[in-house]
Amino acid sequence: MRRLISASLALFMTTTAAFAQAVPGGKLNLIVQPEPPSIMIGTTTNGPALLVGGNIYESLLRYDENLKPEPSLAKSWTVSDDGLTYTFTLQDDVKWHDGKPMTSADVLFSANDYLMKMQPRHRNLMTHVESVTAPDDKTVVFKLKEPFEAFIRGLAFYTMPVLPKHIYEGTDYATNPANDKPIGTGPFKFDEWKRGSYIHLVKNPDYYVKGKPYLDELYYQVIPDGASRSVAFETGNIDVVPGGSVENFDIPRLKDLPNTCTTEKGWEYFAPLSWLWLNNRKAPMDNVKFRQAVMYALDREFAKDVLWNGYGKVATGPLSSKLPFYKDVEPKYPHDVEKAKELLKEIGYDGKPLKLLPLPYGETWQRWAEAVKQNLEEVGIPIEIEAADVAGWNQRTSNWEYDIAFTYLYQNGDPAIGVDRNYKTSQIAKGNPFNNVEGYSNPELDKLFDEAAVAYPASKRQELYDQAQKKLQEDVPVAWLLELGFPTIYNCKVQDIVTTASGLPESMRDAWIKK
Amino acid sequence: MLRFISGRLLKAVVILICITVLNFFLIHAAPGDPAAVMAGEAGDADPAFLQQLRERFGLDKPLYMQLWIYVSSVVQLDLGYSYRQQLPVLQLIGERLPATLLLSLSAFVISLGLGVAAGAFASARQGKWADTIISLVALIFYATPLFWLALMGVLLFSVQLGWLPGFGYETVGANYTGLARAIDIFMHLILPAMTLGLFFMAVYARMTRASMLEVGRLDFVKTAKAKGLRPGVIQRRHVLRNALLPVVTLAGLQAGQLVGGAVLIETVFAWPGIGRLMFDALSQRDYNLLLGVFVVSAAMVLLFNLITDVLYRLVDPRIKVTS
Repeated sequence: MRRLISASLALFMTTTAAFAQAVPGGKLNLIVQPEPPSIMIGTTTNGPALLVGGNIYESLLRYDENLKPEPSLAKSWTVSDDGLTYTFTLQDDVKWHDGKPMTSADVLFSANDYLMKMQPRHRNLMTHVESVTAPDDKTVVFKLKEPFEAFIRGLAFYTMPVLPKHIYEGTDYATNPANDKPIGTGPFKFDEWKRGSYIHLVKNPDYYVKGKPYLDELYYQVIPDGASRSVAFETGNIDVVPGGSVENFDIPRLKDLPNTCTTEKGWEYFAPLSWLWLNNRKAPMDNVKFRQAVMYALDREFAKDVLWNGYGKVATGPLSSKLPFYKDVEPKYPHDVEKAKELLKEIGYDGKPLKLLPLPYGETWQRWAEAVKQNLEEVGIPIEIEAADVAGWNQRTSNWEYDIAFTYLYQNGDPAIGVDRNYKTSQIAKGNPFNNVEGYSNPELDKLFDEAAVAYPASKRQELYDQAQKKLQEDVPVAWLLELGFPTIYNCKVQDIVTTASGLPESMRDAWIKK
Repeated sequence: MLRFISGRLLKAVVILICITVLNFFLIHAAPGDPAAVMAGEAGDADPAFLQQLRERFGLDKPLYMQLWIYVSSVVQLDLGYSYRQQLPVLQLIGERLPATLLLSLSAFVISLGLGVAAGAFASARQGKWADTIISLVALIFYATPLFWLALMGVLLFSVQLGWLPGFGYETVGANYTGLARAIDIFMHLILPAMTLGLFFMAVYARMTRASMLEVGRLDFVKTAKAKGLRPGVIQRRHVLRNALLPVVTLAGLQAGQLVGGAVLIETVFAWPGIGRLMFDALSQRDYNLLLGVFVVSAAMVLLFNLITDVLYRLVDPRIKVTS
């Protein structure tokens, strides 16, 4: 009898738990920092634009925290045995926010036309694609030139958003008035943008996932001052502070507030990795032993614990541990002042002062530059910290006018998409702060990366990437710092706030408020 | 008078064009361009993308061509498109104008009204405790950094006491209308307007006090006293009016900046004004938008300089005779 009771109790609890999920209604106030220039993510893909626009536009797939593809606009898909043909079947009854039906023609238009003109990331992916066709209204077929296994992880909402053909075809994409009043298929519709104040999205009642979204409204508020953003959360005017939108030194205070939750999840796809560009074209950075000495000199645990409040992880090498094909290989570079000094002595480093260019992204980065300066000066490398704003930083790094410079980049789901661009010889080109800015060139590594990109199946890629990681960790073309952790801070009443590897931009369709 | 005004207007147009040209070169001298910033934000870019952006913005043309295109459209009162926001500059400035004017006019009225009154009051009681207190308070507000004062205001009145909203122009999502909306905006206005106003109030108070003391020592005041006029009448009718000239100059300068916005206050209080629009445009190298804000605020400064000059003639009849 007792067993029966506990069984019924368990059943009761499960059902109430099931009921407890999915309470519709309510609104959320979120921070968007800085204010995006536009939320049309076909043309504007900076973080704030994605945070808002990710609710309006969708791609064929989304990804879980292990980067496993999940249905989005495609309800199912198949990959041919040779890895060359990807066939997607679209969801039923998908409508644009203006009521028109979404079909395979929209996918074709986006992939073959719009994004080819407006989106460099999409263009890169499409270099592996021979053709995109639509045998019928519900089916889209991507035929690849070679088995590019990364392709399935390249269809994120911000690389290949599906855009409305009936609105954009034959217009000037950059100045189409619809950019200001975006029309997508997503769980939320655009309502109003009071520039300088807020962006308002409302529930899409015709969303193809029945019952979703749960929330009625989203307000993305623009609060330009860091201290004021923290105060806004403290005073309850804001429910969600997306990762990276308050200064790190405010985080310990905010997360200790009553009813406050945090999560580090939702950055698995972007997998932001920070490092120091070491200009390999200049002495002494052209010497591998100097670069290794820099690695030993850096106290990265300190940076993580003190500057980043313990969030994130010390990077072992070029790949973030969140990425497929990551491997914890040797050599590694623990903080070792003596070893750094030895290496510098060995190469007869003359103590020539070097310049360090910090990232102009606020106080944390400025402090980090000071910590790095201290680390390097401790082993005998005099450092002068330079100043630049965002435009100046872009210009300096993309024109190779620096000695040592901070950066961090997204790795975008696969080493063939977001990692090899930083190390391959073919990626050395001025005018771009995201490619091989350090000027490292190693034909052996180029070959490894090229083969790994198109090796099939995945197990073959793993072998090649193991070798590439080892090679790079020996050569230290750049000084890897941290896998950055950007905790999202939110009122604990908000449930299911992060449900995909891309985090907040895609998760609002699942989020709900506990009454 | 009409000839004076039309002459000054003509000069103002020439000055405005010179300012525009100068600003144009200054902005282009800063490192980086909007294409690089936008490509930078995209998290991914290739030379083709950068070239595409530069062509779209006309940045691939020689600088003198860009200048010619810009100045000729400004002359036709067209401030062009914001590169980044893909909207007409005039529309963007227009959207921010009400909030900017509301904040700066409130601060202007608070500072001028209270400042002149406090200065006059203090000068009439020179050396007494009221004068000491007013002078001390004015000195404190004059010396305190605005952003600090702003943050302390938020901490005290929003976080601790919960009396006033700490940021924004109105309560987001409340959808108030009519009187309720006006009250809501007013509540949001109090902290930023007071903070901005206190600094200028201190300036006016100090200047009015000093100027009135100086004028008070002049012979005509002695004559007025000798005639047996009451001290209050002497202060108001004779001393204050004569002491106002420097105050009018200062008010003219402040009024000229009404449209330019107040970057610090707007930033701390998330006030959607022109100051922030300009600051963002600067950091993003949004040339057209930045130049547009400069043109509009330069025009306002010129306009208010003109108004100041006209006021001078009304306040001080001697100027009319000499010019």
